[in-house]
Amino acid sequence: MAHASGAESAAVLQLEGVSKDFGAIRALSEIDLVVNAGDVVGLMGDNGAGKSTLVKIIAGNFHPTHGKIRFDGQEHRFDRPLDARSVGIEVVYQDLALSNNVSAAANVFLGRELTRRVGPFRFLDHRGMNARALELFGELKSETRPKDLVKSMSGGQRQAVAIARTRLSNAKLILMDEPTAAISVRQVAEVLDLIRRLRDQGVAVMLISHRMPDVFAVCDRVIVLRRGHKRADKPINQSSPEEVTALITGALESA
Amino acid sequence: MTQNVAGPLSFSNVGRDRWWKRGAFASQTAYVAIAFVLITVLVSIFAHNFLSTGNLLNTSKNFSYIAIVALGSTLVIITGGIDLSVGSVMALVAVMTAMLMKTFATTWLAGIPYAGITLAVVCGLGVAALAGLVNGLLISKIRLSPFVTTLGMLSICRGMTYVITQGRGQAPAGPQVDTFYALTDGKLFGLPVPLIYLLVLAAIMGVALRHSRWGRWVFVLGGNEKAAQLTGVPVDRVKISVYVLCALSAGFAGILITGWLGSAPANLATGYELKIIAASVIGGADLAGGVGGPVGAVIGSALIEVIRNGLALFGADTYWEQVFVGTIIILAVLVDHIRTREAE
Ligand SMILES: Nc1ncnc2c1ncn2[C@@H]1O[C@H](COP(=O)(O)OP(=O)(O)OP(=O)(O)O)[C@@H](O)[C@H]1O
Ligand SMILES: [Mg+2]
Repeated sequence: MAHASGAESAAVLQLEGVSKDFGAIRALSEIDLVVNAGDVVGLMGDNGAGKSTLVKIIAGNFHPTHGKIRFDGQEHRFDRPLDARSVGIEVVYQDLALSNNVSAAANVFLGRELTRRVGPFRFLDHRGMNARALELFGELKSETRPKDLVKSMSGGQRQAVAIARTRLSNAKLILMDEPTAAISVRQVAEVLDLIRRLRDQGVAVMLISHRMPDVFAVCDRVIVLRRGHKRADKPINQSSPEEVTALITGALESA
Repeated sequence: MTQNVAGPLSFSNVGRDRWWKRGAFASQTAYVAIAFVLITVLVSIFAHNFLSTGNLLNTSKNFSYIAIVALGSTLVIITGGIDLSVGSVMALVAVMTAMLMKTFATTWLAGIPYAGITLAVVCGLGVAALAGLVNGLLISKIRLSPFVTTLGMLSICRGMTYVITQGRGQAPAGPQVDTFYALTDGKLFGLPVPLIYLLVLAAIMGVALRHSRWGRWVFVLGGNEKAAQLTGVPVDRVKISVYVLCALSAGFAGILITGWLGSAPANLATGYELKIIAASVIGGADLAGGVGGPVGAVIGSALIEVIRNGLALFGADTYWEQVFVGTIIILAVLVDHIRTREAE
């Protein structure tokens, strides 16, 4: 696969013929795609096109019905989200996967809590987690207090919590399922900025969004899904919002 | 990653709630604690012998049994589950422990000091853990509903209790039976030991819930189980652990009651499951999951006992107890409901 840039960058993620059936519904069919280190790929498509399903397959929530997933050149079969995370895949889920009854910091560190050893026991390092969470919220320019319960937070603050979670480890690929859906103009700019910083560090990002300007602002490449089929996969500078809209709605078969 | 951080964040528009709307003060547990104090004061004004040392010691002992199980039950409720089998687990463990003590006393174990009672208690608690394990496995791995699973376990354990005793009460026996009574019904620093056990267990539970990963996961299971699953929390293991701990608390209380009564009747703790769940719920545990704690379980149990004791001292018909307890359950939940609706 020759890219416009011509640079021989290493493929982080490769999907080969990935399909997913939910009973009679074919949510994805024969998806091939490659994501290289430092790529920012926009994944677009109408409601129900299969975007979240694709994310969940890559993140280890479901097995694909057919097809192969390669990560860092190795074939993987993720049985649990933890398996995907352990090779370096982080996800911002569309429903954010937050627990309302615990604090923002607790949600950021959920499943990866920091602890301190005291004799034979390990206790939560509340101070360490709060401090690190505050740092991460700062990077996202989000006015989110680590100790506040998620229950009482705005949509944008909740999104910041879910995004902050992906920054705990050195991920190689970050999947973001509509990270900018509920946030302010200023926070959108911060998220897009974060994506650029990630790219500069060589992290690959797959951004799912219905917001055309966001995708055109940060992505190098756009992939369009329609009814589970890949209809386009091209450098963003060779496309246009009009063309992508036509692909999404089906006015244009492929490009 | 630091090039873009613009100094510390200022929360210009984000105020802080008043102290009474925040943290422990804003919880149902706090309201119920206040109600508890008021009712206790009322009872002590009108029933003069309420504050007598003897009565206070008795009351604090009586409620300890319920409260110990309410601790375990609260853990289950925080995860969004429920355990209806606690009353019959208490009975099964109580009769088994008493019968094993008697049996071991006739074997060579009688020759080793304390071997008989220790082994009997360990076996009794083992049976409790097994019941909890079965509950937990069915609920987490097979995904049966907690209500139905533990309702089944309620019936199984009660049935087993009658099968092995043929309905006859079982008294503990053996060479060191005095030690057994001292450990279950004695006094320490002038306080009844069941109360000491309760306070120690409640303290351990409080620390574990607030300051361990396990405790955090217990809350998150009740808050958003799917989020827990997606972020790699060992959901099944945590769920199984709370059912095992709940059953262990029931078994332990069953053994303590045996020491108190001097015998374990087959109908021991019949109907206690509702009292125990009521204590947890009055204390602020939310049956929808995600909320609760040891302080609430203790206060809820204490409130029920003060009402029962107060009615007895007034010479009132103690059959009213259940009516009062029911009213308090509804009032506690109602107050909490009004408060949270106001906040929105
Ligand atoms: N767990 C599931 N079980 C059955 N069908 C499912 C499941 N998840 C998704 N689907 C179906 O698969 C198709 C694709 O859904 P998906 O959530 O991937 O869409 P999407 O592109 O993310 O849409 P949106 O933009 O609304 O988020 C839909 O027809 C949906 O009904
Ligand atoms: Mg989606």
